[in-house]
Amino acid sequence: MALPAYASPAQRLWHYIYLTICSLVLFFLVMPLIAVIPISFSVSPFLQFTPEMLRLDPEAFSLRWYRMMIGDCSDPGITTVCSDNWKIGAKNSLFIGVIATALATTLGIFAALGLSRPIMPFRKLIMAIMISPLIVPLIITASGMFFFFAKLNLVSTYTGLILAHTILGFPFVVITVTATLVGFDASLTKAAASLGGGPVRNFFKVQMPLILPGVISGALFAFITSFDEVVIVLFIGGPDQITLPRQMWSGIRQEISPTILSVATILVILSICLLTAVELLRRRSERLRGIRPT
Amino acid sequence: MTQTSQATLALKVEDLHKRFGAVEVLKGVHLDAATGDVISMLGASGSGKSTFLRCINLLETPDSGNITVHGETIGMTTDKSGRPTPSDMTQVIRLRARLGMVFQSFNLWSHMTVLENVTEALIHVLKMPKPDALDRAQATLDKVGMYDRQDYYPAHISGGQQQRAAIARALAMEPDLMLFDEPTSALDPELVGEVLKVMRALADEGRTMIVVTHEIGFARDVSNKVIFLHEGAIESEGIPADMFGNPESARFRQFLSNTLH
Repeated sequence: MALPAYASPAQRLWHYIYLTICSLVLFFLVMPLIAVIPISFSVSPFLQFTPEMLRLDPEAFSLRWYRMMIGDCSDPGITTVCSDNWKIGAKNSLFIGVIATALATTLGIFAALGLSRPIMPFRKLIMAIMISPLIVPLIITASGMFFFFAKLNLVSTYTGLILAHTILGFPFVVITVTATLVGFDASLTKAAASLGGGPVRNFFKVQMPLILPGVISGALFAFITSFDEVVIVLFIGGPDQITLPRQMWSGIRQEISPTILSVATILVILSICLLTAVELLRRRSERLRGIRPT
Repeated sequence: MTQTSQATLALKVEDLHKRFGAVEVLKGVHLDAATGDVISMLGASGSGKSTFLRCINLLETPDSGNITVHGETIGMTTDKSGRPTPSDMTQVIRLRARLGMVFQSFNLWSHMTVLENVTEALIHVLKMPKPDALDRAQATLDKVGMYDRQDYYPAHISGGQQQRAAIARALAMEPDLMLFDEPTSALDPELVGEVLKVMRALADEGRTMIVVTHEIGFARDVSNKVIFLHEGAIESEGIPADMFGNPESARFRQFLSNTLH
């Protein structure tokens, strides 16, 4: 927003203060993420900018923490504990995240479809119960789940962790799909019915493709929730269920190693790629169908 | 009416009732359509004509009455809570495929091109092989003058073109009967003509059509039977010459004078 030529001195002053405040907010939001990246390439085992790094001395940079991340412990400079835990954690996080997302998305679509039908009784109450994992403090959900899952012998199992993450991701899908269904024109499925399509095919061929943007963003939220979740993993996960966030957590607590920053760097890059890809796909389909964002 | 002549009727609707909550929208409507008939249904908004059309292919479930398509009566029963419901949904789905419907708001699927909109039901409902479906879809699109626009998405063509594509979608199924639910009401005035032209051509081919419309000209010139609905009941019906030349019903005269200026 440019300043108009007729702006008074007070307006000019406020304009620059406003720009400064905005820049500061963005700076504080982004800076911690950016600061992580150079340190992850440091030779030193301490989380700091060394004077050599600031002089851009090539000797001060290395990939050793990235090698350690993938379980390569041959570098003599590695003084901290080196193990396969990062690899295991990445695998587990992906495994749990993908399955929990698939479950949460499927269940969430069904729930949203049911809740959007006017004949459904107690819609508000059911909706409130279903999105409660978003509202209740996570530590309470986690401890509740711990005692409940213990009775069912689900603690320290992958099944337990997947179910717990499904419960966390499910509300996101319900909310985004419900919101998409509000804008869905029910007469489009009537048109499909008028041509002799059965209800199941009409859903998959007509309704599903049209609510897909809502489904995808819900699924993304569910996946990210599962992927960076640490509280429930600490409660419900056993020694086998090492996930990335849990490994980062124990890494920070036990011995501070720049490997955490390497992992963080990769996660930041992955997130940026993922969000960019989704946004590009969304724009492409919008352009094709001429749908304006609502 | 004898049994033989009844069997040749494309559509027979007897004593159709429908209520939405406390409002009785249809109060026992009859309709006989022989093959080749073009029947125009007129009436003020709220007279129940669109609801009647939607009841024919059970997009709305009628409360009572019989619907017979080419001698086959749609079986009805009541569900657990006492609401009327089709006794055999597969029969309804099968019959719907023989009743082509064109909607007021086109209802094209925005995630498919015009061509995909037309081939969809051919491939998945009629189970036609893809090349055959493509041929038939393109021939139908050619007929409604939309061949050149087949690869467009609905959002990128005009309302008149969308409605012609929607007519092609219904027509490609080669239905026994075409139902038109106010096909020109959502169009800008200058686009009405191109859609009416297509409908006129279909009528000239001898297709059986039931048209709910506000287009008095179409009702007078194209249809061979006009039905005027008033508050959910048939107020008057007859051939266009009688209906428009010498309207018996005072309400119909009133309706005409309101519509014509």
